[in-house]
Formats: sequence, C-alpha cells, structure tokens
Amino acid sequence: MTYDLVVVGGGPAGVAGALTAALAGLRVALVDSGLRLGGQYFRHAADPKPAPGLDRFLRQARALDARADVLLRHQVWAVSREPDGDLLVHCATRDTAAPTGRSGTGDERAVVLRARRLLIATGAHDRPLPFPGWDLPGVLTAGGAQALLKGGGVVAGRRIVVSGTGPFLLPVASGLAGAGARVLGVYEANGGLGLARNPVLALGKAGEAAGYAAALARHRVPYRTRQAVVAAHGEREVEAVTIARLDHDWNVTAAHVVECDAVAVGYGFVPQIELGTQLGCRTRHDVDGSPVLSVDATLRTTVPGVWAAGEPVGVGGWRLAELEGRLAGRAIVADARTGAAPGARTGPDSGVRTDAATGPRTGAAADLRTGAAADGRAGPEGVPVSGGAAAVVPPLFARRRERWRAFGEALQRAYPVKSGWQGWLRDDTLVCRCEEVPLARVREAQALGATDARSVKLLARPGMGWCQGRICGYAVSCLAGERPQPPRRPIAQPVTLGALASLTAPDGGSGGGSGGATAPDGSSGGATVPDGSSGGATAPDDDLAH
Amino acid sequence: MTFHITVDGRSVPVVPGQTIGAALHAAGVRSWRSTRFGGRPRGLFCGIGVCFDCLISVNGRPPERACLLEAEPGDEVTTA
Repeated sequence: MTYDLVVVGGGPAGVAGALTAALAGLRVALVDSGLRLGGQYFRHAADPKPAPGLDRFLRQARALDARADVLLRHQVWAVSREPDGDLLVHCATRDTAAPTGRSGTGDERAVVLRARRLLIATGAHDRPLPFPGWDLPGVLTAGGAQALLKGGGVVAGRRIVVSGTGPFLLPVASGLAGAGARVLGVYEANGGLGLARNPVLALGKAGEAAGYAAALARHRVPYRTRQAVVAAHGEREVEAVTIARLDHDWNVTAAHVVECDAVAVGYGFVPQIELGTQLGCRTRHDVDGSPVLSVDATLRTTVPGVWAAGEPVGVGGWRLAELEGRLAGRAIVADARTGAAPGARTGPDSGVRTDAATGPRTGAAADLRTGAAADGRAGPEGVPVSGGAAAVVPPLFARRRERWRAFGEALQRAYPVKSGWQGWLRDDTLVCRCEEVPLARVREAQALGATDARSVKLLARPGMGWCQGRICGYAVSCLAGERPQPPRRPIAQPVTLGALASLTAPDGGSGGGSGGATAPDGSSGGATVPDGSSGGATAPDDDLAH
Repeated sequence: MTFHITVDGRSVPVVPGQTIGAALHAAGVRSWRSTRFGGRPRGLFCGIGVCFDCLISVNGRPPERACLLEAEPGDEVTTA
C-alpha cells in the first residue's frame, strides 16, 4: 500500500500536519521513535499531568490515532526515492511481540513505508557545550532533565544547578522546583536583557516569562545572568560545580564552587534535518548559524514531494511548529487534490515557489505576493483545490507564522553562544563523548594541518561514534572556526544487521528494494545479528556521519 | 500499581510507563556503563535518544538506549 503522506515525528508539527491531511481523507502514516506521541514539548507520562496546551495536543493525537496509522517506537534511519517518484521511509523497530512483557526476542526488524509525500517534523535536540566534567553522571542536558521529569515523573537530583543560555532554562528550572527538587540557581550565560531590549520579545514573551519568574521566585530560585557552570567535579558522579562570572564574550572573570548532585545544561537547540539532507533538500543557516531546511510559504522544501515543519525549518517553539504543521498539511492536501501529483511529478510549474533559499524565511508574505495567481476555490474541507501559495496559506495564517518566526529569530539573537566557552576547556576535557576525544587531540589535529571541522574529524575522530556528531558537532565546528555544516548522514539512526537482513529475508515480506512496503505490522524478519558493541552494521562508523 | 525490575539482582520499583533510564534514576542508579577507552561511568545525558550514552543490556539482549526503552515487569538489567 502506498500512503498519500508519511509524517516523521510525533510532536506538535507532525501531529498537526498528519491530522490535517487525514481529516481531508488522505491515507496517512505517522512514525515516531518515542513511546507516546508528544515529541519533546508535549512529552507526557502514561498518566499525564495537566500542562499548557497538552489537553489540546492529546485530543489531536486521539483524533489522529482513529484516522491514520500511528507507528510508535519506530526509528527512521533513511528515506529514499523510488524511480517512479515515490518515497520509501525505512524504519527499524524492536520486536515486542506480546502486549504484556517483552516476550519478543527484542530483535530489531525493518519496516518500510511507501509514500507519495513526506513531511519532516523531526524537531530538535539540545545543543550542549563541552566543559570539564560534563561527562560525569548527573550532568544532563536541560532537555534531558525535562524529559526525565515529564516522561517519567523523576527529578534528576535533590540539589540541581541549571545553566546555559536561553528562555528554555526557565521552564526546566521551574518544573524541577515544582516537583520538589532544590534548584540552587539558574545561571544564564548571556545578559538576560534580551526580552526587555527587544520590543518583539517584550511583547510576545512577557506573559510567559513573568509566569516562570513568579514560579522561580515562589521557590526561591535565584536567576543569575552573565554566569554559567564552567566545570563539574566528582569521582563517579557529579558532586559539585564551578560557577563563573562571565564577561560579555563568556570569558571567566571570577568563580566559586557549589555542591550539587545534578546539573541541567543547554545552549539552544540543534534542528534535526538529516532526512532532508539525505534527499538533497536545500539548507540555509538560521540566525544562530544552525543549518535548517529551506522551505517556501507552504512549507515545501526544494525537493518535490517533501515538506518540513517546526524546528527543522528554524527553531521557534511549539506554537509555531503546530501552525507550520497545519499549513504543511493543507499544502499537502492541495497537492494531492490537484492530481498534479506528487513527488517527482510536481515541478516548478506547480504554482508553488520552491526557491525559498533565495530569501529569509520571514519573507513569507513576499512569497505570497509573488506566488502564482491562486483562484482560491475551496475544496470540501475548506482546503483550496488550487496549488497557489496564497490559496493554501490564508493571509491570516501567513502573517501569524511570520510574526512567530520573527519572534523565534529574535530569541536566537538575544541568546547567542559566545566564543569564550572554549576557554573553559582543559587539554583533557572530552569534546566528543562517544569516541572520548579530548581537546588536546583536536588541537593536535589542527596542528597537523586540519583546517576545518571535517578534517579535524578525520584525524581526531570527534563525531564518529554512536551519536554521529549530534552532541559534539556544534562544538567541533566552533573549535575549527567555522559555522556548523548540514549533516551528511546516509543512515540517520544506527540500525542492526538483523534489521537490514530482515528486509530481504524470505519470510519477512518487507522487500524494501523491490518497493513492496511492509505493512506496519509486517511479520518479523528472519536473520538477526546482534547489534551494539561489536559496532558491525551500525552507522556511527566513520565517514557516514557529517 | 508499581511493579519491579531487577538491577544486578537488586529489586527496583517502576511506575508503569517509565523508561528503564527513569526507573534507574529514581532508584539512585545514575551510571550503568563504562566507556571503552577511559572506563568512565556513563548514564543518561540527553534523555531523548540522541547521545547513546545510556546504552544498557536488558534481559541479555544487545545494548539499547535506556532513555527510550519502556520498563516491563520482570526485566532483568545488568550494569557494567
């Protein structure tokens, strides 16, 4: 069976996009690696606690579940294009045969979905910076501490220090404090005056920021600007941190040590775009330098049949992600109804501009103005049958998106990463956690003539481990003195030989190569080769990443 | 309501729906793996399946990410 749309990612963008398309009658599948829909922002426990917007999201998720195939615990490791223009979405999932207990073998098997269209809604992950001791247990990313709390109801420690930059530190700290942890402080490396200084920010965020500020004050959590955790100390786990005063460029001017048992750190976010780059989607650099996917006013990427919404097109938060998911869903429905067909068969004559890379993303209105003349005829669901941008994206939504996008960009400007963090590192500080590459080896590679991040990687191996440079990639780019480059990961997730073997196993019925996509419930594949430590078939090896 | 898993033979309570990683953290177990070269302890870091620091073997299976794996009654976990 061929889906009209496969959505990758079950956060606000993915669910909104999938639901919009499913409500219009399209055959839709949504794939997510998590246990439940929600992504990072709407991550919730099996028995969810109330949270802003969560009720609405859960209603959408239930509505989607009734109208589409929702495949949880499925890791997408590649998307490929078939000769006829269809897309194959390659997933791996664990065998958990029985509903109770893991009586399944736990072996990984392959599932391949065939789709006319793809919506990339893969979100973002924390952007950590290395510092001495950041690999000690008890040091988590801010998002990791948040995930532990939202998903499992577990506070990361009893005495927690929150540090990094950006407004995301506030909900993390107030969540932890509200759950009973003693939050010793929120240490914001930047001035923290961004909100007051920038009129866009002041307007948009005042209410929310005030709410968090009140929560922090209630729990007596100090908020300190121009300070940050610059080292963690401990033998087997974190026992204390060094908190430093920073100058404008984040050089240390003074420091003191504080005892704690957990640290939550975050310096912004890294959009997950590798499925797009696998397919050849054009990218651009966001305000903070992050590579993101270029899209037009209808969220279409430069590759036919492929849309993207939410953080992969620029970090902007869950409201924007949901709006973009909906708009992408409308564009996808319009595309399906034109019969002009999908994928490789839609071209520049489809009436939708695909050269978004030529302008900033906030130029949505410009896109609309120059978009093809749209007749605005509406289809059954209120979705126009014409493919014109203005018809697909009503001006009201376009303006809203532009406003929220501008807000996201203003936040990125207000909370930049300054170069002084490189001075926090010692020679023996690990830059790459997976391959255990210390700063000294990065410097050694540079002394040998490695002038860019890629050469540093080839010589010193940072970014060649399990995470494929997702964690250290930004830091390695900074150390090499360049902007982060778009990822080159032909395999987006490590996948076992067993899962690959199951594609062609006689009883597997998967037949990815032949294009016969398995049903989501496809029977398990045959051969299985244990993954993991041997590193055999797993992606991280060498040149696959970056 | 809660059930139990065993961690190196010791019983650890789990709230249904928790991941192995969350259950271990709640029980005060914050590292369960040693790195290949330095032998350094590792546990949860990113918490969302990106960093692979939290790999763990459950019921003798090959290592999986503790932050993504839902705990099931009777799971047996071994730490390194």
